[in-house]
Amino acid sequence: MASAKKLLMDPFSDNNPITVQVLGICSALAVTVKVETALVMALALTAVVTLSNFVISLMRNTIPSGIRMIVEMAVISSLVIVADQILKAFLFDISKQLSVFVGLIITNCIVMGRAEAFALQNPPGASALDGLGNGIGYGIVLISVASIREILGFGSWFGIRLLPESYVPNGLALLAPGAFIILGLLIWLQRTITKRVED
Amino acid sequence: MKFPISDLMEKKLAPHFKNGGKLARLYPLYEAGDTFARTPAEVTQSAPHVRDAIDQKRLMILVIYALMPCLFFGIWNAGHQFNLANGIDATLKADLLRGSAMVLPILLVSYLVGGLWEVLFAVVRRHEINEGFLVTGMLFPLVLPPTIPLWQVAVGISFGIVIGKEIFGGVGYNILNPALTARAFLFFAYPKWISGDTVWVGSLNANPLVDKLLGTASHTADVVTQATPLAVASAAERGTNAAAALNEAGYSLWDMTLGTIPGCIGSTSVIAILLGMIILLLCGIASWQIMVSGIIGCAAMGALFNLLPIDNPYTALPFYYHLVMGGFLFGIVFMATDPVSGAATNVGKWIYGFLIGVLTVLIRVTNPAFPEGVMLAILFMNVMAPLIDHFVVQAHIKKRSAYARSLNHA
Repeated sequence: MASAKKLLMDPFSDNNPITVQVLGICSALAVTVKVETALVMALALTAVVTLSNFVISLMRNTIPSGIRMIVEMAVISSLVIVADQILKAFLFDISKQLSVFVGLIITNCIVMGRAEAFALQNPPGASALDGLGNGIGYGIVLISVASIREILGFGSWFGIRLLPESYVPNGLALLAPGAFIILGLLIWLQRTITKRVED
Repeated sequence: MKFPISDLMEKKLAPHFKNGGKLARLYPLYEAGDTFARTPAEVTQSAPHVRDAIDQKRLMILVIYALMPCLFFGIWNAGHQFNLANGIDATLKADLLRGSAMVLPILLVSYLVGGLWEVLFAVVRRHEINEGFLVTGMLFPLVLPPTIPLWQVAVGISFGIVIGKEIFGGVGYNILNPALTARAFLFFAYPKWISGDTVWVGSLNANPLVDKLLGTASHTADVVTQATPLAVASAAERGTNAAAALNEAGYSLWDMTLGTIPGCIGSTSVIAILLGMIILLLCGIASWQIMVSGIIGCAAMGALFNLLPIDNPYTALPFYYHLVMGGFLFGIVFMATDPVSGAATNVGKWIYGFLIGVLTVLIRVTNPAFPEGVMLAILFMNVMAPLIDHFVVQAHIKKRSAYARSLNHA
């Protein structure tokens, strides 16, 4: 059993769901035009993956292995609907901007992946911690990408104007290919620092 | 025979840069200067040993020579278009002076900034400075409008060199043509400065010093609106004739062949490009298969559109217009033939070139968002080139092994 610290911290960098496992790329491209939407998306996903890991881990000994995927999907989709409704109730504007991508958390490989790979074999406490760590790891990358895109593409961060009016916005940063390039550069930076080599 | 420069290089300079010397980290710089100045005595350590007077430096410098007609014509034309639009007496001297003041800074920035990245990566990664950059640094300015802001040239070439080439491991490993990658970056990042009607003739890079030298009043118009032939053809209304619209806008077939029209610096003149093409083909540097199949593909797609019974003036535009309009010829001669990013097998080259021609016309005619298709066509086929080569090689293996089997059974 890994230590609690390792469970929580590992997905931040060494085993990051996006930059190392390359999961959840779709939403990392779609919602990272602005930091605000990226942050809300990261929070929603963190809540869903933490709770789904916890709930699925509680039921892990009673789920028949033949239908475990369907049970997992039921748990995850219920949680996503709750998250979606909360956003619609309290953050309506951002929920509009995120459009279908909150609903699409159901199909996010990170949630399903953690349930399959971790929650089915581990007790609820450790599973919740693992979900929290992965959610934060996802959030770190999402917010990094969104920060670069918003600064390059709008000259602002979190809606606050950072660069002078004379700054010419870079249109590529706002397009999906720009997000891909930034993500690639982040992975390059991370692997230069951690000296990780793909085997 | 010993030349004084050999002594200078080997005795005075080399010890500082070789292992243990104070400047050992900068060895790639010494190596580049050394091979540039002379052919050093060093030989390859292991096989294959190729003895040939043409090394990569000489090969690349020949491409630079081939680009010279386009560069000189581009300089003259940039000045000529500016002077015409501003009502300045367009003498040869005025055109050349004005054009030099507009184009040379772009060229200089491209070489300086790109060279800086090249040296930086060579020093950090400890590989040789590659002379392929000489070509990239020249190609890139030639496919830009003459009014491009210099900072965009710097940002563009940085992207092209770093993302288009160095992160893949440098020359020889790049998937995409670096000069086109740089242009595509600018095209999507700052579309206002590289497409539309206002960027081809203008004063953004006009140097006030030139006015003093020529004794003309400072230019009046800041922005001159002048659509390129591609934009004119694309904007032709339903029921009209695109060729007539081009003629009316002052773009006759002859003007477009000669190149005295607004457009990217180096790609307007078909004649200058053909001169470069002759140099490339005579020296056997660029693949004639790619050029020929590209031209066939472009003409074939244009002719196919001509045959389609659609009420659209652009599809009815005679196919040979596509060959002389825009940057197609420049792209197929100088950029599609890049030996690294293009197809390598002979059959593959035919397929690769042909599809570039087809895609160029397809994008031009059917996608109003992109008036010019050759950049995207070449980049797309760059990505496909390894796949094409793979299937060509597989097909060859299949054919040969069937033949070998038939021998065994006989």
